[in-house]
Amino acid sequence: MTAYLSRRLGLPRRQRDPLPGFGLGLGLTLFWLGTLVLLPLLALVSRPWQEGLHRGLLAFAHAAHDGRILSALWVSFGSAVLAALFDLVPGVLIAWALVRSDIPGRRIIDMLVELPFALPTAVVGITMATLYGPTGWFGAPLARLGVHIAYSRTGIVLALMFIGLPFIVRTVAPVLRNLPADVEEAAAILGASRAQVLLRIVLPALHPALVTAFGMAFARGIGEYGSVIFIAGNQPFHTEIAPLLVVIRLQEYDTTGATLIGFVLVAVSLLSLAGISLVRRRLSRGVG
Amino acid sequence: MSRIVYALVIYLLVTVMIVLPPLLVVVMALSHGLGAAIESLADPDALSAIRLTVIITVLTVCINTVFGVMAAWTLTHFRFPGRNLLVVLVELPLSVSPVVGGLIWLLVFGTQGWWGAALERWGYPVMFAPPGILLATLFVTFPYVTRTLMPMLAHNGRAAEEAAVLLGASLWQVLWHVTLPGARLALVSGMLLATARAMGEFGAVSVVSGHIPGLTETMPLHIETLYNGYQTVAAFTMATLLALMAMIVVLVRSLIERRLDRTEPSI
Amino acid sequence: MALRPVRAWAATGLLNVSYDPTRELYQDIDRSFSAAWARQHVGAPVQIRTSHGGSGAQARSVLEGAPADIVTLGLAYDIDILAQNGLLAPDWQKRLPHNSTPFTSTIVFLVRKGNPKNIHDWPDLIRDDVQVITPNPKTSGGARWNYLAAWGWALRQPGGTPDKARDYLKTLFAHVPVLDTGARGATNSFVQRGLGDVLLAWEDEALLATRDIGPDKFDIVVPPLTILAEPPVAVVDRNVKAHGTAEIAQAYVEYLFSEEGQKIGGKHYFRPVNPTILAAFHDRFATTDTFDIASLGGWGTVQKQHFADGGIFDSIYTK
Repeated sequence: MTAYLSRRLGLPRRQRDPLPGFGLGLGLTLFWLGTLVLLPLLALVSRPWQEGLHRGLLAFAHAAHDGRILSALWVSFGSAVLAALFDLVPGVLIAWALVRSDIPGRRIIDMLVELPFALPTAVVGITMATLYGPTGWFGAPLARLGVHIAYSRTGIVLALMFIGLPFIVRTVAPVLRNLPADVEEAAAILGASRAQVLLRIVLPALHPALVTAFGMAFARGIGEYGSVIFIAGNQPFHTEIAPLLVVIRLQEYDTTGATLIGFVLVAVSLLSLAGISLVRRRLSRGVG
Repeated sequence: MSRIVYALVIYLLVTVMIVLPPLLVVVMALSHGLGAAIESLADPDALSAIRLTVIITVLTVCINTVFGVMAAWTLTHFRFPGRNLLVVLVELPLSVSPVVGGLIWLLVFGTQGWWGAALERWGYPVMFAPPGILLATLFVTFPYVTRTLMPMLAHNGRAAEEAAVLLGASLWQVLWHVTLPGARLALVSGMLLATARAMGEFGAVSVVSGHIPGLTETMPLHIETLYNGYQTVAAFTMATLLALMAMIVVLVRSLIERRLDRTEPSI
Repeated sequence: MALRPVRAWAATGLLNVSYDPTRELYQDIDRSFSAAWARQHVGAPVQIRTSHGGSGAQARSVLEGAPADIVTLGLAYDIDILAQNGLLAPDWQKRLPHNSTPFTSTIVFLVRKGNPKNIHDWPDLIRDDVQVITPNPKTSGGARWNYLAAWGWALRQPGGTPDKARDYLKTLFAHVPVLDTGARGATNSFVQRGLGDVLLAWEDEALLATRDIGPDKFDIVVPPLTILAEPPVAVVDRNVKAHGTAEIAQAYVEYLFSEEGQKIGGKHYFRPVNPTILAAFHDRFATTDTFDIASLGGWGTVQKQHFADGGIFDSIYTK
């Protein structure tokens, strides 16, 4: 309010604003952001142009026609989208169980949901590969049925689903809890079936939260490295993810190539997130 | 009836999707008995990895908390041109691949990067040494504190702070006695989230570490080294320890969040 | 203090940056070398650390600043890269006997016990029912030896041409379900996770797996023709100068060629270059025909032709 007034009156804000610390706070924020985020990202953005604009453009053009880079980006992007989508159903079911149901053991489930967040990603990768590999707890029976999960794109999606699940549950649960129960009750009294209540009332109200949750799981998934490389198979054109290609380029002493892919990866995930937040804004407006 | 089915579905989902992978870790760790597991932790390289992880985590969380609080304070209590851009930039590291989060530091401090050669000549190598690991961890955990704190500060508003200033409180007194107590639980929750992430980070750290046992290996990296050295029990024991440490952190966090839900209006 | 151990230990420590399958070897060497060094020199015992990973990845970290005093990598090309960037003299390979290669090895097939798929030679690898495990040649030194062993074999077949060899490799890699980034990762896929029917591996890695990991689970098949793998060692001049470790680093690499060092190598299934000691271990190393990297044109040529961006390896993965 004061800030608004002072701006309307054209007064210098700091004379009018009773709160101290704007200059200091902004200074510290800019310093922190500048050294830890902007400086290294600037190195990433500027590296491709180091040998002149022309060479940089050429490198990008080359990358745009490099089938291996394109398919690695596609594998990362596609798997992240699928994993985030597939996580929505179990995520919502578990979130519902946590805040709306009275099934026994809710509090334990509530803590277990955090497990994927607590395990280091490399350990997740090794255990998933062991579980779903041809001799694993799940892998062996599935292999007898002719289903192979590890070392395929299915394996990548599965690893990303494990990583992404807490994001869905943690985003959806608070919204579910705050959803006024009386609307549902009213609908039920008016004769709506449970399915109708869910589809017509609960789900639409959840839409913005679902989109946010999807976005968070997706953002985590598209860049994920540690948990994926052990179960992916890592075959060029097939199961090679973009972050692995960054690492491979580095090991081939091709820093510029690695930077290029890293740059595109960041750009793709930022664009997708911008798109997602656009969708969410539209949805929340629609819901009111 | 349908309630039972629903409960069973939930139990099955949670077991298959969430519980089994960590359970396998514990089973592997204990495959040669508890004694062998504990013994494997006494190895000097294992101890050094634990120490490095603790040091890096503590430093990371301290640095990102101090700056994160100031950023949340500035971004919620003041309106200024470019504010929205700053909010976006603070969240940026969340959408950057961990591998890229390591690579970018290589571009600045690697021997082939901007300043690496000069720093090395003066005798302060950054990459493939603990400072590089610290930088990579700082980057990946950057947004957590600010992100959790901002909605809480915005919700609390600035009236109490303004009153405190009118009564003659300094900036530090306001922060310490008014702002933070009002958002204490959100702050701790953000710090714990950053702690869990910092302890378990693999991708970013693996790019800048050099994997030198006893020197630049954090717990997640040492787990990989052990596993590749056929020391399955030791690898999974360390993984269990790391998961336990992270679980405690996460447990504290969810307890706090439950209190947060009860004592403070939800955000 | 805690953040700057690199300098603190530089005076009394030694860092050996090595490749994947040498974990057990250098653990042993480090121990016996520091004991030998302590016998000859009074003072604080020397602490040796060894870091392991894919050969290319390890060379890259030294190139970017990892403080290695010694590099013991999977192939000469990875050390050449360091020389090109001024970390050591261009003629590094002439500074020690046997082209700076204390132990050689070769590429063999590791199969499941009893050889159920009946694999004996390179053509068996591309049968429809066979799955092959080998790491990614772009990141693993061992994988490059595997690849070149197959290439050299195909070239030497009656009517063998580079085109036919390329076709063979293309078919071979179509049988590879997982490309790990390092040799040890590939061994783990085959040994621990039960993946594939045959693992292309360093002889030392295969012997270690059969004798120490699962004696009753695997058999070794030595193909009639394979490559002679020569993983070299070198002192990193620029780093030892900065650390003041030139003397001890030199002693360390020379120790590898000493009788004691050679024996430890043989014990860990590496072929000692010292003929007398090799003879003492003759029962564990099968005799077979080999060709060396020089016969394929040397690493400079091979790297450009096969593994550079757009080289033959890239082309076998393009549809």
